[in-house]
Amino acid sequence: MTVNLIILVCLILASLWTVMTRSLLRSALGLALTSIVLTILMFRLNSPLAAVFELSVCSGLISVLFISTISLTEPMSRQETLKHMKARMTRFWYLPLVIAGAGAALSLIKIPLDFRFAPRETIHDVRQILWQVRQLDLIGQIIILLSGVFGVTILFREGRKK
Amino acid sequence: MSFDVLHIFWPFGVFIAMLFIIGLYCVLATLNLVRALIGLELLIKAVTLLLVVVGFAGGHLALTQALVITLIVIEVVVMTVSMGIVLGIHRHNNSLDVRGLKNIKG
Repeated sequence: MTVNLIILVCLILASLWTVMTRSLLRSALGLALTSIVLTILMFRLNSPLAAVFELSVCSGLISVLFISTISLTEPMSRQETLKHMKARMTRFWYLPLVIAGAGAALSLIKIPLDFRFAPRETIHDVRQILWQVRQLDLIGQIIILLSGVFGVTILFREGRKK
Repeated sequence: MSFDVLHIFWPFGVFIAMLFIIGLYCVLATLNLVRALIGLELLIKAVTLLLVVVGFAGGHLALTQALVITLIVIEVVVMTVSMGIVLGIHRHNNSLDVRGLKNIKG
């Protein structure tokens, strides 16, 4: 558990760096780092297949997508970034107060923690669950992928020649 | 919820809530579209971790892994389309500032 706690602290530190750093490129790299730490945690929680997906897709593909987008757009100048950071701080100084208030209200409400888990599963193979038990998920994935392809095609289509 | 499951779950639960709040702050506080997408990614990571921890604590590892794989596929598609939209907005406005979106009509 101690190792897990250290990894969780690293996860929070990586995500804080992602959010607080000024440069967008560093922010994208921080996101990749957060994904890598999450992958380690998933391996430790006996979810290797999901961890491999997280490592290859989230810290690989999505980071490439972010870096490509950042390189295709114009970064803000240093002065603009500083101004933006100051404005962000002044607009959301009350956010910690809201979070503390929400936490206090939740502790007063006393949510009953009597969630009931289903009996432990009998199928232990992810492939069997994915292909036999949750086939509708796969159909949904295919539909979403096709809609994504359709959306990107529409977004990047060339303008009609007059 | 049994004591053992709660004992495994609560330390992770605290850090998941922190990760979710960090992502929410990033989405709410920024005016940059790319940074808002980064915040959305952090929110999705918090949900991913929650699924994995619940599977580990409740003994449903195979099912939660299947759900996480579905979540990752949806995440990639959402990010790809969003970045296409962000690039389109940048091409139109020459800026990534969300305040520029107020000019959109239709």
